[in-house]
Amino acid sequence: MKRSAYILIIFMMSCSKDVVERNLQFPMLEPTRSDSSAGNWKTILNINPDAQAPAVPLDPSDPNYKKELDEVVAAQAAMKAADNENLKYWAAGGVLRWNEIMRELVAKYNLPPLHNPDGTYPIPSAANPLAYPYFPFANPPYAARAYAYLSTAQYDALVVAHFWKSRWKRPNAYQVDSRIRRLVPDQGLRAYPSADAVIYGVSGAVMKLLFPGEVGYIDDRMAAHRKARLQSGMETASDLAAGEAMGNRIAQLFIQRARTDNAGAAVGIVNGVNRWKEFEEACIAINETPWMSQETPKRPPMLPYFGRVKPFLFDSLTMVTSIRPGPPPSTRSAEFKKELEEVKFYSQNPTRERMRIVHYWADGVGTYTPPGHWNALAAEAFVDLGWSEVRWARALALVNMSLMDAAIACWDAKFTYYNPRPSQVDPEIKTLTGLPNFPGYISGHSTFSGAAAEVLGYLVPSSKGKFQAKAEEASLSRLYGAIHFKSDCTVGLSVGKKVGGYAVSRAMADGAGQ
Amino acid sequence: MHRHFKRPMLWAVMAFISMGRLRAQTDADAIMMGKSLFCGGVMSSVGYWNQYWEGARLRNNENIGQIRNLMVGPMGSFGVSKNLNLIFSLPFVQNRASAGTLTSMSGIQDLSLLAKYRVLRKKSGSSTFSVFGIAGVSTPLTDYVKDLLPVSIGLGTRNLTLRGMLDYQWKNFFATASSSYIARSEIRLDRTAYYTTRMVYSDRVDMPAAMYSNFRTGFRNKEIVAEVVVDQWTTLGGFDITKNNMPFPSNRMNQTRVGLNGKYEPVKWKGLSLTSGIFHTVAGRNMGKATSFQLGVFYIFKLYGKDKPTPMPNPQKELR
Repeated sequence: MKRSAYILIIFMMSCSKDVVERNLQFPMLEPTRSDSSAGNWKTILNINPDAQAPAVPLDPSDPNYKKELDEVVAAQAAMKAADNENLKYWAAGGVLRWNEIMRELVAKYNLPPLHNPDGTYPIPSAANPLAYPYFPFANPPYAARAYAYLSTAQYDALVVAHFWKSRWKRPNAYQVDSRIRRLVPDQGLRAYPSADAVIYGVSGAVMKLLFPGEVGYIDDRMAAHRKARLQSGMETASDLAAGEAMGNRIAQLFIQRARTDNAGAAVGIVNGVNRWKEFEEACIAINETPWMSQETPKRPPMLPYFGRVKPFLFDSLTMVTSIRPGPPPSTRSAEFKKELEEVKFYSQNPTRERMRIVHYWADGVGTYTPPGHWNALAAEAFVDLGWSEVRWARALALVNMSLMDAAIACWDAKFTYYNPRPSQVDPEIKTLTGLPNFPGYISGHSTFSGAAAEVLGYLVPSSKGKFQAKAEEASLSRLYGAIHFKSDCTVGLSVGKKVGGYAVSRAMADGAGQ
Repeated sequence: MHRHFKRPMLWAVMAFISMGRLRAQTDADAIMMGKSLFCGGVMSSVGYWNQYWEGARLRNNENIGQIRNLMVGPMGSFGVSKNLNLIFSLPFVQNRASAGTLTSMSGIQDLSLLAKYRVLRKKSGSSTFSVFGIAGVSTPLTDYVKDLLPVSIGLGTRNLTLRGMLDYQWKNFFATASSSYIARSEIRLDRTAYYTTRMVYSDRVDMPAAMYSNFRTGFRNKEIVAEVVVDQWTTLGGFDITKNNMPFPSNRMNQTRVGLNGKYEPVKWKGLSLTSGIFHTVAGRNMGKATSFQLGVFYIFKLYGKDKPTPMPNPQKELR
């Protein structure tokens, strides 16, 4: 009896619950280089920093500035345990944390709308985000675009902030007032305008556009970030206010771009008419088997006109002439049949390792999508590099421009060729993961992964091989999952790599150096 | 025999919805094997559902159609003494969807081991009152995929079950009530981040504990048991499936079932024991509204001891 009691105790201990969350272990950001000259780096929207001047800061001798210092002293004196946690959380990096918040919102909103009783599907409306179906349906193209706007806007806003920090040279709060303790690493930058406030200002504004149902949550996160910085001993209220205002102004430039990038027309249904039927007809006209939804009731394909969204890294003509791949094997060809057999083999002979790969990369409904997965991989790689906030923002902007443009190139190919999925052609093929509701050629996972790995390999050369291997695994996961033909995957990878190459060229010329 | 067989939990924790098939006769009964008797055999069940509760809302889903859950596997119980029995089970499970493209999954699920101890037995006239304490563990024997509900074959937790049970018998009529607390280990997924009600960057998932309660009443004698059963699985925590989302292992899965259960031990073939049952889910949350059928065939024999040829003590005898 005694022995079994011990066994029970050991069993219980092994049940102990302490899920370690990787992102909550990240250390405070302590850049090895301050990148204080980043005000000269090339911005994405070619913003002229001179035109974005913040208000002239108060003189250090101004009594109102003294009051701000008193406010910091009081805020530090009032700190509780939760404030310390909050301070540590944000000190890991504002760019990082707002990227995580975006991933979280994407996962929350990545839910395909349920059909109406009559078998039609409702379309989410930005004007009424909290009425079902919730806006947005944050599917992979929507998510890719959301990450891109967040990261590019953060980057441009930080470059402009750096420009003005060097101009005004206001010291950090703890350097001015000996009563103020510095509770986070000094990143070697001037205080005005606050880089952290620029980040929450720009991020909050962009996110409210993309997730209009989450304004309350976003405001709450902005307030938490602001509080952490006020208590950090680095910045005063006017540093923060100037930063937030600057972030918000830069955000408006990106919001303006977003409103005119054609994403609004991507759904392809105008006044109840399915414009996208034109893709099906074009496919039939050349005697090929067109893609068909395998959902019940049949769901319109996901964002059929996303391929016409305005890219960041090249123009739409370049995409058609230089990036769009050639056609897939004809559905009537021997090669197609061979590829179909290959998919069937993987469908019917799963190994545990292949299942692991399929599920590690599934990134389907209710997740942060493949672009989010690559953001998570990127962030976890960057954490150890000692980068400044602006270098973080640049890296994520490059990665996310490549992911958004990969989505555009991929969707362009999908709807140009309108090629069926394996399980449509052979109903005996069962899938090991959710079947995406859009044409197969070329694979989205493969295109995203090819692009992200190319950019990350440039940004973190020591991990280039690791990123390439990850991309290849992500690509194959779709074949193993029996939802893609091999050519969907291999061509997707190479198109992605090509898109990533444009981001690398940009990176080599933006003045930031390696 | 053997109702002692079943491990509510074990079998029970069947994935999303398909829960608990073999619970028909469970370790939630008051029957004990006599000393050195072993009862072994095969338990099987099949369950179906077309509707499931997404949170509290009952819906169907034409992209999975009807889910069929099959379970079959060995079970056995052994009388260490007349007051202490050990019980095991090891089901093979298969889940299949009738519509859509999603694959079916199958495999060996969780091994469960359980000790059932009769703490007290009081007779007065034609009545008997007994008190039992039950403790058990279960653990997955294979690294099956937990994250593809509703076709995943299980949730992958290691469980520790503690149960108290009261039994009252008057002549051939009885009533048994039991309640258990099930502590569940965290599980490990193939992915390294997931969203519950917030984003979690880990491949580990905290699994909330659960309660299982069972009430059964009916007739039992040497040859026959016929009983009505009501049972309830309640997850103590977890979250609801959001609209048109996928299920997740740490959802708050609840289920209330009613069932009929029977056992037949023909006097003619000593040692043979046949069981059958039908269960229907009447209420639930984040699970399927299933109807299931069970069938078991067992044989009882003396494992050691000098009793010559074969056994045959009817386990029920112990009760009288």
